[in-house]
Amino acid sequence: MARKPETDAVSGVATTGHEWDGIRELDNPMPSWWLYTFYACIAFALVWVLFYPSLPFVRGLLGNTARGDLAAVMAAEQAKAAPMLARLRTATPEAIAAEPGLRAFALAGGRIAFANSCAGCHGAGGQGAPGGFPSLADDDWIYGGSLEEIRTTIRHGVRNGEAAEARGTAMPAFLQAGLTMGQIGELADHVLSLPGTGPANAAGAALFAENCAACHGDRGEGNRQVGAPRLDDRIWLYGGDKASVMRSIAYSRAGVMPAWESRLDAAMINMLTVYVHALGGGER
Amino acid sequence: MPDSGPPVGAPLASLYAAHRKIYPRAVQGRVRRAKWAVLAVLLGLYYLVPWLRWDRGAGVPDQAVLVDLQHARLFFFWIELWPQEVYFLTGLLILGAIGLFAATSLFGRVWCGFACPQTVWTDLFMWVERRIEGDRNARIRRDAGPPSRDRTLRRLAKHAAWLGIAAATGGAWVMYFQDAPTLVRNPFGASSQTWFFFALFTATTYVLAGFAREQVCTYMCPWPRFQGAMLDADSLVVTYRDWRGEPRGTPKDLGNGDCVDCSACVQVCPTGIDIREGQQLGCIGCGLCIDACDDVMRKLHRPEGLIGFETLANLAASTAATADMEPGPARHAAGLAARRPPRLLRPRVLMYAVVLAIVAIAMLGALLLRETLSLTVLPERAPPFVRLSDGGIRNAYLLKLADKSHEGGRYMLVLEEAPGLRLLVQDVATDAAGRPVLPVQGDGVASFRALVTAPAVPPAAERRPIRFRLLDAAGRPVAEAESVFLGPQQ
Repeated sequence: MARKPETDAVSGVATTGHEWDGIRELDNPMPSWWLYTFYACIAFALVWVLFYPSLPFVRGLLGNTARGDLAAVMAAEQAKAAPMLARLRTATPEAIAAEPGLRAFALAGGRIAFANSCAGCHGAGGQGAPGGFPSLADDDWIYGGSLEEIRTTIRHGVRNGEAAEARGTAMPAFLQAGLTMGQIGELADHVLSLPGTGPANAAGAALFAENCAACHGDRGEGNRQVGAPRLDDRIWLYGGDKASVMRSIAYSRAGVMPAWESRLDAAMINMLTVYVHALGGGER
Repeated sequence: MPDSGPPVGAPLASLYAAHRKIYPRAVQGRVRRAKWAVLAVLLGLYYLVPWLRWDRGAGVPDQAVLVDLQHARLFFFWIELWPQEVYFLTGLLILGAIGLFAATSLFGRVWCGFACPQTVWTDLFMWVERRIEGDRNARIRRDAGPPSRDRTLRRLAKHAAWLGIAAATGGAWVMYFQDAPTLVRNPFGASSQTWFFFALFTATTYVLAGFAREQVCTYMCPWPRFQGAMLDADSLVVTYRDWRGEPRGTPKDLGNGDCVDCSACVQVCPTGIDIREGQQLGCIGCGLCIDACDDVMRKLHRPEGLIGFETLANLAASTAATADMEPGPARHAAGLAARRPPRLLRPRVLMYAVVLAIVAIAMLGALLLRETLSLTVLPERAPPFVRLSDGGIRNAYLLKLADKSHEGGRYMLVLEEAPGLRLLVQDVATDAAGRPVLPVQGDGVASFRALVTAPAVPPAAERRPIRFRLLDAAGRPVAEAESVFLGPQQ
């Protein structure tokens, strides 16, 4: 329907024909420069699209692509970080931790590397996860909490079958090794009494001395050399209830961690080492 | 309503109006002198303030007014603001806005007419234009006439002068963001960003003050559109006293009012409007028409003030008092007698004043009570707490210690109201009493990671408030921050 032109009686200006509660909108002309500004913007957009087409597989007139621009920025950032990374690559974690500037850089870089490579299993803050993903934020270290031990663990991983120096020895599955479920229950009672959280079990203690003490120690103090966890503390990697402990004894547990040496740069591993060490407050 | 519109099928009016060039004439008088004075003060401040020095000691900029974006600091004489104190700028903007409202409700568009940068620079550019191309009539004649060498040279000179002023304006702008003497000594050492903003402000000054002029006020600026809300019948606005001027016409006819229809008020108007048509959007309230009209009235030996700053209430009163009177001194006297002194203390003005005072006092208080040392505590929430091998519970906190002074220092950190909790800060030394000592450099922020541990017995509460407190060497508390210690669900 064509609009019927209508003129406002007072101002003599045409109205838009719209009416709200008796109020009509005047259709005052815009200044023409406004229109030209609009045309200029269109012209600018047309020129812009020649230089930045934003189309797949199409380059701009000067060869610009958004991806290429990003690559240039990334290269510049990497060049900026290169001297620091070169030092981090060759320095020992102890030397890094001792020098405030290097340490701050390593902590910042380690935080990113941790989120990229480690947080999937160990959690965003290194808090671990039930079912065999150890917390890195506590004071319990299965293979040792010094900078050097942490670095070794990161480099070679745990029971991964790819690195000869990987951590971890296999614990026997004692149900197969000849213990009965009744004996395993007694053993579990003894294990749970080690941190002082359960009643003593004499039969279990005898079984423990015979089967477990070689690796886990007489009082369950653990052995970091073979990666036998402490049993006399309150931290249970696979759960601290009797059923979970029995399951661990009967069928054994064998957590796995990749060897990061073949996947990450040496500087990255050093940064991760310093970061993980700081997470739990570190061990000297 | 009678249908006064064009018949159906008639061509619509153009949607776009062609630009009508305005040739304002020079004028002398009281208002003009006031405008020159305001212009000199404002431009003087703008161009010279970056050159003021203020000694702040070694390693700190000695520019009195400096927005140091690179180091995220704002220097204003003795005040130094950090980014987290940006609310002072917010307060300043609120003060500016309320001040603008108050000034508008008292005196109409004084901001637009006297102090707005658009008006000030346009005024300066028009002055340059008149010096080079002559006054209104000369410019109209030259523009309408045939092209000539003289015209081209004058135009070139004008644009060169305009560009010079614009460049000085853009140059002064970037000096507020970095050291002015360094920039002037070595302009090519400036960053590309500096050059960009220099070019941007040069271009906007040149275009807005040279070409866009009144178009900015009429079409671009939102302020004229809503300032009507601040005006009322008691605001002093530039007004044509029609009760005295009408009917217009030659002074020889005694039946005519004081307005001789000489159009001097229209010729001097920088926005090209006719003030005799009443209050309108295009009027920026600069009052130059007052000077122009007074000049004419003096020559005619008639009283000044046919156009003047007047309230609409007085205008209505004068109009009513002179409704049935013939032009002449009697009508003039009756109109003047009907006027009342403008009511300055009106509820809206008082309210603006109260809000202004509250914001100003609050800002002043905040500025005076500002602490130079601040402690911020961010609890780590992934994980919320860690169980230790002895059954204890540990929380980690990120501490940020900001020292806004330039001295720096070492402060002891203690936990208040937290019996049984053990505090350890990673990577710092402890004093003889075993309290962590946090070092912080002056004008800097230091981050620390604090570990707070609750013993296994008694079991840690699910949630308890804790308070970190910083002590200086003498043991006096200098800063504190509250946080919360989380334990497992009971």
